[in-house]
Amino acid sequence: MKQDIILAGVGGQGILSIAFVIDNAALKEGYSFKQAEVHGMAQRGGAVQSHLRISDNKIFSDLIPKGETDLILSVEPMEALRYFDFLHPEGTIVTSSNPYVNIPEYPDLQDILERVKNELHVVLVDSDALAKEAGSSKAQNMVMLGAASRFLKLKETSLLEFIKALFQPKGDNMVATNVRAFELGRDAAV
Amino acid sequence: MSQHILLGDEAVALGAVHAGLTGAYSYPGTPASEIMEFLIRFREKKGGFNAFWCVNEKVAFEEALGVSFAGRRAMVSMKHVGLNVAADPFMNAAMTGANGGLVVVSADDPGMHSSQNEQDSRYYAQFAQIFCYEPSNHQEAYQMARESFDISEEVGLPVMIRMVTRLSHSRSGVTSASAREQNPLKRGEWTDWTLLPVNARKRLKILNDMQPKMVALSEKSRFNALRFNGTKSRMGIIASGLGYNYVLENFTNPDEVPPLLKISSYPLPIALVGKLLDEVDEILVVEEGYPFIEKNLGGLFGMKDKNIRGKLSGHLPLTGELSADSVRQALGLTPRPHAVLKDFKPAARPPQLCLGCPHADTFKALNQVLEDYPGSVVFSDIGCYTLGALPPYSAIDTCVCMGASVSMAKGGSDSGIYPAVATIGDSTFAHSGMTPLLDAAAADTNMTVIIADNAAVAMTGGQPTFATGDKLFEIVKGLGVPEEHIRVIIPLPKNAEENKKIMKEEISHKGLSVIIASRECIQETRKRKRSK
Repeated sequence: MKQDIILAGVGGQGILSIAFVIDNAALKEGYSFKQAEVHGMAQRGGAVQSHLRISDNKIFSDLIPKGETDLILSVEPMEALRYFDFLHPEGTIVTSSNPYVNIPEYPDLQDILERVKNELHVVLVDSDALAKEAGSSKAQNMVMLGAASRFLKLKETSLLEFIKALFQPKGDNMVATNVRAFELGRDAAV
Repeated sequence: MSQHILLGDEAVALGAVHAGLTGAYSYPGTPASEIMEFLIRFREKKGGFNAFWCVNEKVAFEEALGVSFAGRRAMVSMKHVGLNVAADPFMNAAMTGANGGLVVVSADDPGMHSSQNEQDSRYYAQFAQIFCYEPSNHQEAYQMARESFDISEEVGLPVMIRMVTRLSHSRSGVTSASAREQNPLKRGEWTDWTLLPVNARKRLKILNDMQPKMVALSEKSRFNALRFNGTKSRMGIIASGLGYNYVLENFTNPDEVPPLLKISSYPLPIALVGKLLDEVDEILVVEEGYPFIEKNLGGLFGMKDKNIRGKLSGHLPLTGELSADSVRQALGLTPRPHAVLKDFKPAARPPQLCLGCPHADTFKALNQVLEDYPGSVVFSDIGCYTLGALPPYSAIDTCVCMGASVSMAKGGSDSGIYPAVATIGDSTFAHSGMTPLLDAAAADTNMTVIIADNAAVAMTGGQPTFATGDKLFEIVKGLGVPEEHIRVIIPLPKNAEENKKIMKEEISHKGLSVIIASRECIQETRKRKRSK
């Protein structure tokens, strides 16, 4: 088993929480993993990504080589396209359809997303609406993890176990909201 | 034995704890901050050792040196440019030697993700003539951290661990072993530790005499390995640190790997390099950072009958991070096919000041005031406020090294720049801004220093700061700035007019002024509210 994933988004969107859940689920299921993340200056409202590699073999590079990425999981549509070169020619993109506009010249994504959809397997999810439905617009990251769970080679039970572990310190309500967000995302990604 | 999920930085920290660490010291700096973050969290839960954020890297280093003098195990960690600040005690610690194990972690930043240069700490280890480990993965980072203390005590010298961003900030599983006890107190000898010429000459001989032993340690290190794999390749590879991973990433069949020497410690294992050279005509050197091994191999004139490929030859990029892809090209393998996005380029999304950041209000006010002064220069410094260089503010003209805003403003003012303005954060001021302000106060230089006091080391994650609020005011006064020219403003939109008036008054003052722009980092305010 081997799966290479790029998590993408904007600093503050909760990419590292997604990574926490996948890392722990992978370790629990007995896989090796490496997960490279961005800290420091770049985090401040800038583009952030995390390369996450899971395998039942030894993993060498912390970064995924170009063309080896099986899945781009993005909490923001333009950010999903930023790491396109890393994607396998038959890779999958699971992304939020809600732009995060914090720059002056944010491009119109309609045409490009339509084109990409014709060439690749693309799943667009209205994460903002689903997160609000689950109880918090901050839970968009878990909506997207839920949507991506259909393509992850990890068990849903493992993912849910670590979503609970992640949010338990913040109380039962937060756990319920984020589990719900995961489920809504999963169901929307059919 | 137990399993942990750790950042590379955290693997180093845990290795140190399990090696019987007595004291750890650091100043925040990407990519090294997570070492101390981990140690402080660990200590808060389980206790047993000291772990301190310090006012700067030099102070951190010297505090660690005091622990080593006491015969106990110490670690000092910092980002690569932090070692410049600590270079004085670093170079001289190689002279005094280590009594208790002393480990220096320097985290390099190839690619300059959060730094002003790509300096390679291996040169510092070579400069000080000390042993240096360079881990290639998390497990090695843990083990090398543990063993560095043993080596330090075995050779009686500090040992460096060279990290790089990509390992520091990558997470993976690590298996730990049981912890060792701390050393008992056993003070150092004055003949080692008092570097009068009479002692220093003896110590330098000891340092020189220890060099062959350190080469021998490299030769037998289990982290260095020469493998021939039975391939009849004319080309051999020397790969260090993450470079080793990028080489192996490109071979799915281990039997196809050319003769490969993995180097994880310095001084270089000369005999192992020699064995590889005996078998091949061509060497590809794959290393993260400067072409350190490559230069050491070739010297001034290159090697007779051997072709050395690497960063100097142009086979690998001279700057930036290595990648599996750039190494693939250097290996002469066909690039992998990848998805291509035609006719679309995502807009750049650079980092920016947070919405509601106090620095934003300070820069807006300052920009408006300086519109009336076409000759103005804003000398700035290192921290979140460096982002004031980017639009929409474009407010600063310099950022060089910690504290340089104040000293450069003095030099600029001395040379006729008016108004000479310095902007510096509270933590950077405590780190390296106080001494130049003492200088400027002594000369009553015509310049205006704005200390952006947000009560945190914000850029690196909100570590505690040493000079904020009233204490900061008292320090500035104590350095000799006249009290009537120390002004405190609250950078908020509603105070904009008042703040601009104060800035104008102090810029007009023919002498030194300090304006303290005081408002807590909004990330820290949020954190406090959340934890309530």
